[in-house]
Amino acid sequence: MALSNICGADPAWECGSFEAPTPELFGVDYIQGKTAISALNCGEYNVGLSLPTLDAHQKIVQSLLEAPSTDLQLQQGAEHTKTANPRNLFLHGTTTLSFKFQGGVMVAVDSRASSGQQISSQTVNKVIPISKYLLGTMAGGAADCTYWMRVLNRQCRMYELRNRERITVSAASKLLSNMLYGYKGSGISIGSMIAGYDKRGPGLYVIDNDGMRVAGNCFSIGSGSPYAFGVLDTEYRWDLTDKEAYELARRAIYHATMRDPYSGGNVSVYHIKETGWVKIETQDVSDLFYKDRGIPVTA
Amino acid sequence: MGHFDPYDDNGGTVAAIAGQDYVLIASDSRLSTGSTILSRFTPKIYPLSKVTVFACAGFHGDVLTLVKQLEIRMKLYVHEHGEEMSTKAMMALLLPTLYGRRFFPYYVRPIVAGLDREGRGLVASYDPIGTPEFFDYVIQGSAENLVHPFLNNQIGAKKTLSDVPIQAPPELTLEKAVKLLKDSFLAAAERDVYTGDTVTLMAITAKGTETTEYQLRRD
Repeated sequence: MALSNICGADPAWECGSFEAPTPELFGVDYIQGKTAISALNCGEYNVGLSLPTLDAHQKIVQSLLEAPSTDLQLQQGAEHTKTANPRNLFLHGTTTLSFKFQGGVMVAVDSRASSGQQISSQTVNKVIPISKYLLGTMAGGAADCTYWMRVLNRQCRMYELRNRERITVSAASKLLSNMLYGYKGSGISIGSMIAGYDKRGPGLYVIDNDGMRVAGNCFSIGSGSPYAFGVLDTEYRWDLTDKEAYELARRAIYHATMRDPYSGGNVSVYHIKETGWVKIETQDVSDLFYKDRGIPVTA
Repeated sequence: MGHFDPYDDNGGTVAAIAGQDYVLIASDSRLSTGSTILSRFTPKIYPLSKVTVFACAGFHGDVLTLVKQLEIRMKLYVHEHGEEMSTKAMMALLLPTLYGRRFFPYYVRPIVAGLDREGRGLVASYDPIGTPEFFDYVIQGSAENLVHPFLNNQIGAKKTLSDVPIQAPPELTLEKAVKLLKDSFLAAAERDVYTGDTVTLMAITAKGTETTEYQLRRD
């Protein structure tokens, strides 16, 4: 169905196969791409990812200028407001990490989402596939990350169709970073690592909602990142074998989840190679921490 | 100059369970503001099509606006495509609908529940700006902290360390699910001031929709 295709109606929000279009394939893909564009641009029937308008936001800012009061609370989403405030219900909290090594790029994340002190979910997927060769991680506002990754997903696909080659990690992360810069100061909360493999080799960038974009070899983001860095920085080497890299990624995450109350659930580990990304595993952090060390659970 | 305060919390609880061949949605019918009960019969369940239902707690004004939006989108879709939007498509549509109000959000706790094209139950819950999550059972609203642990214990069997995902077991029949949700709301009405009066249970199967109501505490 057209709508479900455009919206990405698959509950898993999985992206389709992202082969670089060959000239033969291109004709077919191009037509589908065009249908998607025209469907996205048809006003009333817009089922696409229209960007959220800043109008309402600006009206609130305007009212603030006219009547300086405590309205800033609504605009900035202060956690302590007495009145009903939807911002207190947004999902937050995370430990995510990613590092480059001789075998490509590792990405590992926890799976807990919390709103305030309530654990909303222990099964969130914080790795968002952008394409077969690109992954984004999710920290900060869950909706912000999900939404903007879907926008980026579309942008990257359009790039492929227009240029007949895969987008680089550098370009993809810059697209997102530039988009977010336009929303600077509006309250969007995103801390994301864009990791992938392109014609230049493995790529890894950190971007955030202020428009920051930094390339590097080893990153961790989220409330549990100080703990993850502790493990990661101790053990990290460029020449880690694949097996060592998997173990390091998972160990850094599960140690972080044991110290950070806003992280937990499962560890998911992904490995990005020249041939694209593969999911290595998902494991319960308590199983890893206790069972695998022979410590009784009650300890 | 008055304080700009566009939201209220009208309380209420909504829940849903997805089974192998059914989906069950429940809502209490109390509407309150602060310490006043506004209505004793306003069930927060809104059918969108033959197989898709929207249920939503939060600020009732935003809930009504959101429901109106979704009903319009469903109508447009039917005129354009000659059939009703699938449950999955409606679930996907709610994400941009909620996120479109990122900078002036709806104060809502939505659930979309329904059957997929194969007749299996599907349930999705969202945060106010559209983070979707797909569960086999979900509860949102003022009593969620009371009832969620009960459902975890009864359905998810998430008792000890395990990497088994939270999932409704195949043996969870519609009858058992109805009983569980009825008990959940009875318990919630005992301990949550914003949940009470009646509970509306809507069961959707391939045969159609069946709606039943049960009394809860009315004090």
